[in-house]
Amino acid sequence: MDDFGASALRRLLEAKREAVLATHATHGDATAWVEAAQVVDVLRLLRDDPACRFDMLVDLCAVDYLRHPDHEGPRFEVVYHLLSTTLLQRVRIKAGVPELPCQIDSCVEVWPAANWMEREVFDLYGIRFRNHPDLRRILLYEEFEGHPLRKDYPKERRQPLIGPRN
Amino acid sequence: MASPSMRASDARGDLHSENQILNMGPSHPATHGTVKFLIELDGENIVGLDIQVGYLHRGFEKECESGTWYQAIPYTDRLNYNSAILANIGYCLAVEKLLGIETPDRSQWLRTMAGELSRLGDHLTRCGAACLELQAMTPFLYGIEARELTWDLMEMLCGARVTSNYVRIGGVKHDMVPDFPARCRENIVKIRGLLTDYDDVVTQNRIFVDRLRGTGMLAKEELIRYGVTGPLLRAAGVPLDLRKDQPYLKYAEVDFDVPIGEVGDNYDRYLVCVEEMQQSLRIVEQCLEALEKLGPGPVDVDDPRVRWPAKGRVFNAMEELIQQFKAVTEGPMVPAGEAYHAVESANGELGFYVVSDGSAQPWKVRCRPPSFLNLQPMPKMLQGAMLADLIPTFDFINMIGGECDR
Repeated sequence: MDDFGASALRRLLEAKREAVLATHATHGDATAWVEAAQVVDVLRLLRDDPACRFDMLVDLCAVDYLRHPDHEGPRFEVVYHLLSTTLLQRVRIKAGVPELPCQIDSCVEVWPAANWMEREVFDLYGIRFRNHPDLRRILLYEEFEGHPLRKDYPKERRQPLIGPRN
Repeated sequence: MASPSMRASDARGDLHSENQILNMGPSHPATHGTVKFLIELDGENIVGLDIQVGYLHRGFEKECESGTWYQAIPYTDRLNYNSAILANIGYCLAVEKLLGIETPDRSQWLRTMAGELSRLGDHLTRCGAACLELQAMTPFLYGIEARELTWDLMEMLCGARVTSNYVRIGGVKHDMVPDFPARCRENIVKIRGLLTDYDDVVTQNRIFVDRLRGTGMLAKEELIRYGVTGPLLRAAGVPLDLRKDQPYLKYAEVDFDVPIGEVGDNYDRYLVCVEEMQQSLRIVEQCLEALEKLGPGPVDVDDPRVRWPAKGRVFNAMEELIQQFKAVTEGPMVPAGEAYHAVESANGELGFYVVSDGSAQPWKVRCRPPSFLNLQPMPKMLQGAMLADLIPTFDFINMIGGECDR
């Protein structure tokens, strides 16, 4: 982890300058904001490029920036943490998702690991992933109303009782 | 279901058969986690498997977002209740990364030692319970007796056995008591003895080996594509261990090996776990030596943003009184920004992605749960396997409901 993914960011800027909106490396975490429409292309490039070789999608999550004091841009961000198991470097990719239409392309075809994590983001934030093979709730039950990790979901909210399924 | 009326054509050819759906769980005696399997069976062979998780979902992230930075630490205890300290450490390291804090040497050694004792307890539970679920009671009792010894040490170190709540932002709760090293060495000898006993009845046991050899295998490329980490990936021959690759705490200064397997079946996973326990004991011994050599010192960082002022000063000086008041009512203000820090937990990479808006409340605390990602490729591991292979495979995936469902 010598350069903490900085060389991967340089490579990304070289190959796909138009898709990258901004970069930073605070606290040693190399980060790039990318155009949401191109996120899957960027991820595929990072996986296949011989200088990057990010073969593992370590984490995929979302953040809701509703009413955040310093946030500009779309309400949600989907955050990808990548790891190269051969070069041992990491990079963080972020893509903005607006409130409407609340959707982004799925990266299950790039890494199957994304399947459950995208289902979780859909479940808890209500972000839909286009072309996801099986977009169902995963941690909560089907009848659950709303998406609890959204900032406008009150913690005290009660859910209606549901009867037995059969 | 086959139709009760039999036609003449059925009698000549194969018997009419259909795949059967079997519900297993969410609370099944042979699975060590609360999870439901919907298994599609052709005879005794698994042709389809749908895993339904979420039974222990209790809104970990939502709770973290509605408290202070400190109030999240007890929640991290309850993620993986077998190795609570490893989650404490992961969370605190992520927050410290945002704060830009370097903790004192002594607290880092204490964290390393406590973390390894935790890992030992976790592996003992995994290997012990695996035997229990394969109908072997004796090795389970050996494992639990050894875990009891690690929990005694935990109690001595942190005052609690399971939900230890030991690590703090900027250090640890308190130093070890003076007779801890002696007791720890005594228990290590006993644990080594129990591990030998365990090894004698299990490792060469014909039934055990037959149940584990060649089951639950998946190629290492597939495991990487699925984001599998920890002993599962190392058993398949990939020496990925954050303690070596990206050393945090004092792992760069201790001497230990990373065991890897060859084929990645359940037996290799078992062997990797057993060897990791020995390595953990080695690390604990080195930590004890280092702590004794280091001598007494602070276990908390000297930074007024996170540290409570000394009690004597609080009672006698205005500034410290105010500082204490603010520390108790608000807790630390973490600078705005984002950070990801991962530690090698007993199950694999346990990461925390924290986002702050500069206030005393976390904006977002994401836990990257190894159990969740390790469980995901289980249907692939079991494609076409026998129903009985599900039990050992699930044992060595070691899905912990608290961590998987958060």
